[in-house]
Amino acid sequence: MTSGSTGLPLRVESTGCPYLIIGNSAAATGGVSGLREVDRDKPVTLIARETEHVYSRPLISYLLAGKVDEKRMHCRPPDFFETNGVEALLGLEVTRIDTEARTVRTSDGRTFAFEKLLIATGGRPIVPREIPGTEARGVFTFTTWEDARRIRSYIDEGGVKRAVVVGGGLIGLKSVEALQALGVETSIVELAERILSATFDQTASELASTFLREAGVEVRCGTTVSEIETSEGRVTGVRLRDGSRRPAALLLFAIGVTPDLRLVKDTRIAADQGILTDDTMETSVKGIYAAGDVVQTTDLLGGAKRPIPILPNAYRQGHVAGVNMAGGRLTFKGGISMNAVDICGLPTISVGVTDPKSDGYEILSTLDARNSTYRKIVLKDDRIVGAIFIGQIDRAGIFTGLIRDKVNVSALKDLLLAEDFGVLSLPKDYRKHVVSGQGIEV
Amino acid sequence: MKRIVAREEYCIGCRLCEIQCLVQHSKSRKIIKAFRTERESIVPGVKVEQSGHVSFALQCRHCDEAPCIEACMTGSMRRDERTGVVLCDQETCVGCWMCIMVCPVGAVARGANRQVASKCDLCIGEDTPVCVANCPNEAIVCEEKDD
Repeated sequence: MTSGSTGLPLRVESTGCPYLIIGNSAAATGGVSGLREVDRDKPVTLIARETEHVYSRPLISYLLAGKVDEKRMHCRPPDFFETNGVEALLGLEVTRIDTEARTVRTSDGRTFAFEKLLIATGGRPIVPREIPGTEARGVFTFTTWEDARRIRSYIDEGGVKRAVVVGGGLIGLKSVEALQALGVETSIVELAERILSATFDQTASELASTFLREAGVEVRCGTTVSEIETSEGRVTGVRLRDGSRRPAALLLFAIGVTPDLRLVKDTRIAADQGILTDDTMETSVKGIYAAGDVVQTTDLLGGAKRPIPILPNAYRQGHVAGVNMAGGRLTFKGGISMNAVDICGLPTISVGVTDPKSDGYEILSTLDARNSTYRKIVLKDDRIVGAIFIGQIDRAGIFTGLIRDKVNVSALKDLLLAEDFGVLSLPKDYRKHVVSGQGIEV
Repeated sequence: MKRIVAREEYCIGCRLCEIQCLVQHSKSRKIIKAFRTERESIVPGVKVEQSGHVSFALQCRHCDEAPCIEACMTGSMRRDERTGVVLCDQETCVGCWMCIMVCPVGAVARGANRQVASKCDLCIGEDTPVCVANCPNEAIVCEEKDD
């Protein structure tokens, strides 16, 4: 690999790339698997900004908490690239895509020609730059391994007794869990009236809040940071919109991610909130595909296309893109928003529409606040469209299957919340469908 | 690869398969010892479901397109290339429960004191999975699947 970014003569890599992937996370990994399912021969080139071998982004909170070590961050074997015939150029940034010349330019001045391209550049954390002080030392976002390292070394420097996490979503809660594990007293500040408002309903959010407060976390909702207080370039505290103040040596923004569209801006690749693709994951430019958090996805439960930035979608989309790039045929019909997250020891799963705001929905639920267990099923027209499981999550995937396959459950409504609800409770035809592998009769 | 097929018309709901599975995956491999001391830390990979007179034993289907593998954030859930069996590496699993969220038959459980995922490994290394070998009524049978 050449280095240096300026002054190098422009040269196109002589061979060109039959398959080029930008990115190295779930969608890229899925892309490799899809390509290799169809084409075992032609080389794959992968270019990624980060220097690490394939690693698991969700594991960064576990790494920060000290629950896993650096060795366990990799979610693919060390020989993953070799065994799959991938030339990985890590620590190299793609700066431009030329859809006419069918080339990409990299930060070291090289140009790579491609036949088929997969854009898997993911999302970027949102930082509210309008608040003064976001450039101060001690202000972080939390989406990469490097973020975890930087936060860890900042804490290890000493003096971080208190932290404020802005955003009560999944990344926010997992970072709170990690900071608490490191002995840092942490407050969550959430602009909405409750934490996890995008994935939970009121009851579930309250259970999670109670659980967090009992774990020693301050949970402040309905407000946000209006001012960052600094001293000598370092964060010393925040002032909230309600006028109150919190001392904090560390401020972490976890207010969401947005598709990283920098590379497709000013190209012919159509994008709205995220890159637009058809169900083969091909963009508006032939031979250029996109997958993962950078794209906009059909929600199987209806509504407009939107980014659904969750790992299973990213991997699946990448896989589908890879198969089609290599000349196979596979489609991605859409995704369902779903999350499994363990909050300071409280297991939770939420799938689909969990808190419908309009009429026409039927709700079944059972709550045991003392034991922090809650289960809720949301139905529409006799089909399950959403579910929440708190504390008691066993076999939740059966419900995910019923949602995905839009199974009519009118005959089993009385059974849905039963302790022993299982495959036996399902309509016989559907039961055969889910327990049968290819060529297997039950 | 092998696939286990349940025949609900023959299942009498005796749950011997669950016990045999538990013993097979215990440290001691002794039925009394395993039952007394390891019951808390092992979840059988097979589960008998029963309602009235209908029952059957169900374990991981080792799906061709396994959603648990695609959803696993650590890469712990993976397919053994040689046998095609879907295995969970409990050394690297962190218990995020994505697999539980996506398994359409509910075949992944919170095992090992509810810290990591636990599921059927098709008794890798044995000629026949112990649940099949010990079913008194041949209500679970093993079939070789053409790949």
